[in-house]
Amino acid sequence: MASVTTDTPIHNNDPAPRAKISQQAIAPWLFLLPAFLFFAVYVIIPIFQSFYISAYEWNGLYSPEYRAVAGSEMTDLECTELGNRAARTEGCEPTGENVWTGEYVGFENYRNLWTDPFFWTSLKNNVLWLLLYFLAIPGGLFISLFLNQKVFGMRLYKSLFFFPFVLSQVVVGLVFSWFYLPNEGLLNEVLSWFNGPRTNILGSNDYATYGIIAAGLWPQTAYCMILYLTGLNAVDPEQIEAARLDGAKGPKMLWYVVLPQLWPATFIAIVVTVIGALRSFDLITIMTNGGPGFYNTSVLAFYMYDVALSEFGFRMGYGSAIAVILFLIMMVYIAGFLWKMWRDEKG
Amino acid sequence: MRSIFKTGATALAAATMLSGVAYADGHGVSGPLRIFSDMSNPAPRAVMEGMVERFTEANPDVEVELVITDREAWKTQIRNVLQSGTADIVNWYAGNRMAPYVDAGLFMDISDLWEEGGLTETLASTQGSMTMDDGIWGVPYTYYQWGVYYREDIFAELGLEAPTTWEEELSNCQAIIDSGRACYTIGTKFLWTAGGWFDYLNMRTNGYDFHMALTAGEVEWTDDRVRATFENWATLIEMGAFIADHQTYSWQEALPFMVNGEAAAYLMGNFAVAPLREAGLSDDQLGFYQFPQIDPSIEPGEDAPTDTFHIAANAENVEAAEAFLLFVASAENQTLINNGDNLGQLPVNANSGVDDDEFLNAGFEMLSQNAGGGIAQFFDRDAPAEMAQVAMQGFQQFMVDPSTLDQVLQILEQARGRIY
Repeated sequence: MASVTTDTPIHNNDPAPRAKISQQAIAPWLFLLPAFLFFAVYVIIPIFQSFYISAYEWNGLYSPEYRAVAGSEMTDLECTELGNRAARTEGCEPTGENVWTGEYVGFENYRNLWTDPFFWTSLKNNVLWLLLYFLAIPGGLFISLFLNQKVFGMRLYKSLFFFPFVLSQVVVGLVFSWFYLPNEGLLNEVLSWFNGPRTNILGSNDYATYGIIAAGLWPQTAYCMILYLTGLNAVDPEQIEAARLDGAKGPKMLWYVVLPQLWPATFIAIVVTVIGALRSFDLITIMTNGGPGFYNTSVLAFYMYDVALSEFGFRMGYGSAIAVILFLIMMVYIAGFLWKMWRDEKG
Repeated sequence: MRSIFKTGATALAAATMLSGVAYADGHGVSGPLRIFSDMSNPAPRAVMEGMVERFTEANPDVEVELVITDREAWKTQIRNVLQSGTADIVNWYAGNRMAPYVDAGLFMDISDLWEEGGLTETLASTQGSMTMDDGIWGVPYTYYQWGVYYREDIFAELGLEAPTTWEEELSNCQAIIDSGRACYTIGTKFLWTAGGWFDYLNMRTNGYDFHMALTAGEVEWTDDRVRATFENWATLIEMGAFIADHQTYSWQEALPFMVNGEAAAYLMGNFAVAPLREAGLSDDQLGFYQFPQIDPSIEPGEDAPTDTFHIAANAENVEAAEAFLLFVASAENQTLINNGDNLGQLPVNANSGVDDDEFLNAGFEMLSQNAGGGIAQFFDRDAPAEMAQVAMQGFQQFMVDPSTLDQVLQILEQARGRIY
């Protein structure tokens, strides 16, 4: 902050510079204020609410509150204790307020998570997603190298490769679940040409998760490809020329000359891939709905939704506990990211 | 007491109600009435809009504000609607599915409406499923039977009769499998269809009372009687009675197997008849039989899920809401909305008529004469929500791989310990 106050103002007959300084100091904060406000309301506060609710057992419902009608024989306490019959009892009336029905259980939800096999299945799937999703980065790199040529109609090919990323995740999920269909699906049609066995990928406890990850990789690879294509434009042709004169070519050229220059693109690709892997909820919901069997393709985000918000989900506290764990796991990644940003800015 | 009958005409009202002629007219209900409905499919939507129209004609002072929500989305949206106090009347389901809202005091206890409106007599058959905690929490408007819908032409071709005993069932099924078909089509992607199979096998193996005790959490899932149910199920699974890859299909996606003749029958609710007819099956090809008995000493129990209307506890226009509920349950309205041109289901009022439809008649006869064990709602409406969720996942897991039974039952038993 640049504003300085002293006990003995020297230019007290000229207040203009001081007002200018404070204006400059306030303006950025004013511009940031709406963002901060929304970020607080939709991100920061809910994070703390999740921590809070995870210590409770709560079915997600508020009960209407009742009080005694003035002059009747009932008391407020009696009306409250009547519970769900207060509405039809003479002498009680709704206050118009709702009361929270949560019950404090301390760390009970976390203890239950520790012994919950479905939680561990979901966590294991999360790790699988994170690991396998990184295939999108080399995949995207090679497609972009392949497409980085001057051939007639290359723009069309590029946009065709980029096309899956434009599709909504829901459409990708539907297309792939038709592709995998046990009888009519294209996959089995192709397998039958090679006399391969008929498979039902999404109906198998062992392969379903891999099937969904493959569907997710399709648009994700396209995304990484476009990042690398823009990165390749920024590669310095003089360096390539110099390397070529020194006799570098093929993989050596790629590894020692091109890739280091692509590092900014690689960094962004890593970031968006991790984010993409954590956004697997839509694909899972569309393709298997968490099944087959007990949450075999579920990830933490899906499991959290299923126990807290789905048709049969009434365990807000438990869902919040899962959210907290998911948050802590992501914090590791976010902290690493912030640390890198901070280091880079320091130079 | 905010009851429309405290206007001094209680006796008269009750009398007219019993004769099923009139409802609440002349009582001067008025004001806005906000109805949130989940009757979003084309036929139910038309029924709902028709009911509102006729109710408004009879009660011109009531301005009904009708909001129709997608039926699936409503299953989670009801929470927000009830808590925000934006509705007077909502749609929901009977049985344990009411429990969260009854416990939280979000539904209104309408026991006295049932008493004074004569509903305890006209709706006696469904009173039990609307009762909880010594209160009655809503009014049903329709229900439908479950049972086996089968291809009569395939049965005739193979010289089979609809089975009534387990032995006939198994020998029929073997004959169907030998002809290169599956006995039953089913799509378990969304789990609940497997719940229907469990309901029937358990009610036939152990009886209705045991089934209710199990869904109420009073019996261990690892109990030998539960295992007996699963053994019967495994017999069917292992002989190849069900279509392959059922875990990948929804119930609608499983229909073509029956239409194409790759499967001979479907255990389903009566709502499956309409799409089967639309897909080209004539009534000569399509038949219905009650799920066969397994233990002859056990009275058959049946699934007949009931759909309902409820008054929100924080409703603002309770008089009009009560009048609407009485109108919905009246014999005249029940006969009309459940006929073949409308919902094509069974009326809940004992004084109403069942439309002349092969399957509705069969279902009505079955439920009124041959369901001595009792009438269940459905697995996911009788068991608490969390138990239903995990148990139906277990049923699917078991159907895919019967050898995992021990593991499945362990998981269900652990869930029972936590939930109840």
